[in-house]
Amino acid sequence: MITAIVGITFVVSYFIPHFPFNRMDAWFADWFSIIQACAIVLGALNLLKLSAQKVIGQKKDWGYSAVIILSFLLITVIGFAEGADYRDPGTSFDWLYVNMFIPLSATMFSILAFFVASASYRAFRARNFEATLLLVAAFFVMIGRVPVGDVITGFMPVGYRFSDLANWIMDFPQTAGQRAIMIGIGLGVVSTSLRVILGIERAHIGSGE
Amino acid sequence: MSTRAKELLAVAAILVFSLVFYLGKSSGWEPTEFSTPVSLVVVAILLASLLWILALTIQGRLIGRRVVFLYVGIAVAMPLFMKLSQEMPVSPAVQGVYDEVMKLEPGSKVLIACDYDPPTAPELQPMAETFIRICFQRELKIIIMGIWPQGPQQANLALEKILAEPEIAAKNLQYGIDYVNLGFQAGNEFVIQRMGGSFKSMFRTDYGGVPYDDIPLVRNVKNFSNIDYCFNLSSGFPGTVEWVQIAVDRYGVNLGAGNTAVQAPTVYPYLSSGQLTGLLGGMSGAAEFERAADARGKGTKYMLSQSVSHLVVIAFVIIGNVAFIMSGRKSALKG
Repeated sequence: MITAIVGITFVVSYFIPHFPFNRMDAWFADWFSIIQACAIVLGALNLLKLSAQKVIGQKKDWGYSAVIILSFLLITVIGFAEGADYRDPGTSFDWLYVNMFIPLSATMFSILAFFVASASYRAFRARNFEATLLLVAAFFVMIGRVPVGDVITGFMPVGYRFSDLANWIMDFPQTAGQRAIMIGIGLGVVSTSLRVILGIERAHIGSGE
Repeated sequence: MSTRAKELLAVAAILVFSLVFYLGKSSGWEPTEFSTPVSLVVVAILLASLLWILALTIQGRLIGRRVVFLYVGIAVAMPLFMKLSQEMPVSPAVQGVYDEVMKLEPGSKVLIACDYDPPTAPELQPMAETFIRICFQRELKIIIMGIWPQGPQQANLALEKILAEPEIAAKNLQYGIDYVNLGFQAGNEFVIQRMGGSFKSMFRTDYGGVPYDDIPLVRNVKNFSNIDYCFNLSSGFPGTVEWVQIAVDRYGVNLGAGNTAVQAPTVYPYLSSGQLTGLLGGMSGAAEFERAADARGKGTKYMLSQSVSHLVVIAFVIIGNVAFIMSGRKSALKG
């Protein structure tokens, strides 16, 4: 019932942005913000609980969980100890953020480069026509997206260099493919939303049967 | 030596390196830079060794993934010390953002939505810095907010850097009058939706706790209709897609975006349909934007790493396919 009321209100308020739908729309949006703010706290506490269970039970790789707990407590205690201005430059919280959190987070994301290179080496094969087409397109985009591409084709007139070819691939074949995917997703979202609003699909409230 | 011992050794080595570099940075060490001829020689050696690997592959001697990791590591790290200049053409998508900003009259209000966090900062932070610099140079008023928790904090780092530049510092810009950071608000796309009705309903105070009505810059900003241009820096959900679907389609916001290279292809349809005025995609987008603004920054500097690493990945794809063909089109590479 709640799902149906909220869902229908959002749909109606999109097309009739007047009282009372605009007001209800605002209420539900505010409630969503409140629920999400609570979910952030819940998520953090759940992470702490699961990590603590792992450490207490000495389960596999429990050392990493201990690091999570220590880091969590360290940043929380420092944050609270420094009061409302904890994020200002020069604070201990800011030092931890700039010198530890940023480099560690960037490191995690940059590991992607190694996996992409390794996966490309081992799995990016010209097995058939479609795979070869993908391989050739990837080659032109990769070389055309960096300045070295235009260094190689510098003798060609403007409009025919690797960067131009990469832009063409991104603007036309790639965009067409993306658009097809988006239309497919859009139709899927509409159908799933209708099922949820009408109560046919109840997996989101824990009753999949 | 056991695997665990090797792991601990690697962690200890990385820790020592990190400490040395941190102490060096704190002591004001100047980064070492190879001269142009030395840089060219290093690149030539790298490419020659890849040719050697290709020759080994043709002879049936395959390399393992650790060698690939080593080459990617070298390709990313070494160019940071090289002195090679590269010319980058500015793509129409990037030019679109720059042109829109240049069209704005001094005093126009620009909303910068920072929806990213440190993992993607190497790509998006140079965009934020260049965009903020252009806005200040053009005497535009900046309103910063984020629906990602660390976005506004990243914006503060960019502000701190740009405000310290002599040209910008000379303008004596005032917080609350020339720029403001409204901070983070939980609620994903609903925050954008509520901002369409009232900014104040989502941001009762700014980043530092100053009440909304006490900030001169935003006191008269009710909703998107008081914003002249919006620039979204995004690395996922919620991000540019949600800004287009709600702020642009529903409230008619004039929007430009900066995205990670991974995310950029998903927003290209909005670019060609005109829902986005321009798009900066990944590190190359940041570098092109710096070129358009005639301000060489981190984006331009890191592009050399990207150029060399792309060449290395292409080389390994070719080597992998040679191995595939040599083995009678059966996957010969394992591990």
